[in-house]
Amino acid sequence: MNALLKLTNPRPHKTKAPTGILGLDEITGGGLPRGRTTLIEGGAGAGKTVLGLEFLVNGARRFHEPGIFVAFEERADRLIANAAQFGWNLPELQRKSLFFLDAQPTPDLIKSGKFDFGGMLAGLGAKVRQMRAKRIVFDAVDIVLALLGTQSDVEWEIFKLHDWLMANELTAIITSKFDRTEFSPAPSQSLGFMQFMVDCSIVLSHLVGQGISRRNLRVIKYRGSSFEENEVPFIIGNLGFEIAAASAWHPSQSAVSNDRVSTGVARLNSMLDGGYFRGAVVLITGSPGTSKTTLAGAFAEAACRRGERTMFVSFDSDSREVIRNLASVNINLDHLVKKGTLRMISVLGTVGNAETHLVRIQKFARDHRTRCLVIDPISSLVQFGSDESSKGLSARLINWAKKEGVTLLSTSLLERASPELEGTPIQISTLADTWIHLSYLVRAGERNRGLSIVKSRGTSHSNQVRELILSGAGVTLTDVYTASGEVLMGTLRREKEQAERAAEIEREAKADRDQNAAEAEEAELVMQIAHLERELKAKRADGLQTKASRSSRRSENRQRQAEMKELRKSDAEISKRK
Amino acid sequence: MRKSQSENRRTSTKVPIVRLRLYIAGDAPNSVRAIANLTAICREHLLDRHNIEIVDVFREPTRALADGILLTPMLVKLSPLPVRRILGSLSQSQPVLHALGLSESSE
Repeated sequence: MNALLKLTNPRPHKTKAPTGILGLDEITGGGLPRGRTTLIEGGAGAGKTVLGLEFLVNGARRFHEPGIFVAFEERADRLIANAAQFGWNLPELQRKSLFFLDAQPTPDLIKSGKFDFGGMLAGLGAKVRQMRAKRIVFDAVDIVLALLGTQSDVEWEIFKLHDWLMANELTAIITSKFDRTEFSPAPSQSLGFMQFMVDCSIVLSHLVGQGISRRNLRVIKYRGSSFEENEVPFIIGNLGFEIAAASAWHPSQSAVSNDRVSTGVARLNSMLDGGYFRGAVVLITGSPGTSKTTLAGAFAEAACRRGERTMFVSFDSDSREVIRNLASVNINLDHLVKKGTLRMISVLGTVGNAETHLVRIQKFARDHRTRCLVIDPISSLVQFGSDESSKGLSARLINWAKKEGVTLLSTSLLERASPELEGTPIQISTLADTWIHLSYLVRAGERNRGLSIVKSRGTSHSNQVRELILSGAGVTLTDVYTASGEVLMGTLRREKEQAERAAEIEREAKADRDQNAAEAEEAELVMQIAHLERELKAKRADGLQTKASRSSRRSENRQRQAEMKELRKSDAEISKRK
Repeated sequence: MRKSQSENRRTSTKVPIVRLRLYIAGDAPNSVRAIANLTAICREHLLDRHNIEIVDVFREPTRALADGILLTPMLVKLSPLPVRRILGSLSQSQPVLHALGLSESSE
């Protein structure tokens, strides 16, 4: 019954002490082994002390586990002063839940014969009981081990120390330096002995390649627990230790969304059949000046208008400049920043490495509870890293965004005009859900911006190139003219439009003219008909007259002939009678 | 304080009393050895002009911590000044004598 309960309701914190360092708890599946010892080794300046100190600070602050810091190397007051930058407020914690023990060997110490940790362990034992301490850090144990001399003495003291830690049920971190530049299977003997004895072993490395600093953490062993075996990058930031969480460790928790979010440009929404998918990764590529930032700004503004908390990270320019520039195309971010919905972050110069920036972005995004994230441009982010690491970096960024359900819009600079030729140097294009490419079309002494959707997973999107028009009124897209296989934009498009309009007017006018002419002809014909009719009438009238006169003439003639006959009767009649 | 010895009977001499404090960790081998070695050194070089206080850190752990005693056994020469700390079982007498200011004056 009990066993069953344990199985169905596992309590990870029973065996693990959370460090409170976000990424570290993720890769170790909950923290360091509780009541056991963890060895942290690394070169000088690798971050061992900070990690140990933060483990104690978080224990005291968040998990009600008081802790003791045994400083073999750096003096406690200096440690406390150094840690002030992390905002941990150590003096406050020191009152009851955090104790520093200065254990630096004094330089004037004279050695004679063998010695051991007896005094320290006795003193610490009393302190542990008094404070009810649960955590302890021995920082730079190598310093004091070096004093011990022979290897067998060292091992014996390590053994006793370990034994004491176990007996006191302390979750312990022992840090130790090593001289190796690369992790190799040849640690010093005492370190090897410690590695064998402890339950968990972590290596910190700080490498510089091509002038770029890279910090990595790797868990070498963890008894009784699975763990992330790969190196994970980390930084020591403003708030202490920050580890790039290995997101593949956790199963995907965020549901895939069918929700659409506006692109901020109405026409683009319709091109994408409604907008970007919520939680999607959007990539906008293009040469310098193709208004990648403007599209990103439009997206950010739309997101804020919906009330979604948004973060805009710009790598190329100062965020105030971005705000000013976007205001010129009616994208007003200023009041959104003031309202707190939008957070603008600008990263200038090539300070730090890509991992540092990634971890910071994630941290800021979490703090801001970001739903929509803009990285402008991601090509600047990854340029800090070496090639193989930058690929992993963008993948990590994307995985992280997906896991958090953050809609991520990144812009990326392309050196060449065609996206198909290049892809993006950072391989984000294969990982992106939606890829919009912006380009210039130069014709007739003019540069115009063209927008096309290279891909958009899961949406029926337009295959048309559209012209992107920026004006004081905002961002709009418009159809382009295709003429003899070429698209027309800008003035050429307007000329074409005007030419078409003129032709139309001309056609109208011609039709009018034609109609008028026809009407005129008709009227003329009608007039002609009337005239002819009149003529006809006249003719007819003439005819009658002629007829009448002819008949009257005939009768006149007959009369005359009769008269003539009368006159000539005698002659004819005589002759006839004769 | 487990054991306290006081052998300052010869106050008539002008030689100052050497005040010593030895921190030990119970009956740990190094500590037991240190007591034996210190006793022998004092008998040989500081007869009747020394004062030894022995502090067992297991019995007085807070005192050990307050005094900054982390490694044991630890011999502290409190006076005459300067204060000197000698770590270990005191098996090599030369550095001990030197630290106690006895290396030149040794007969």
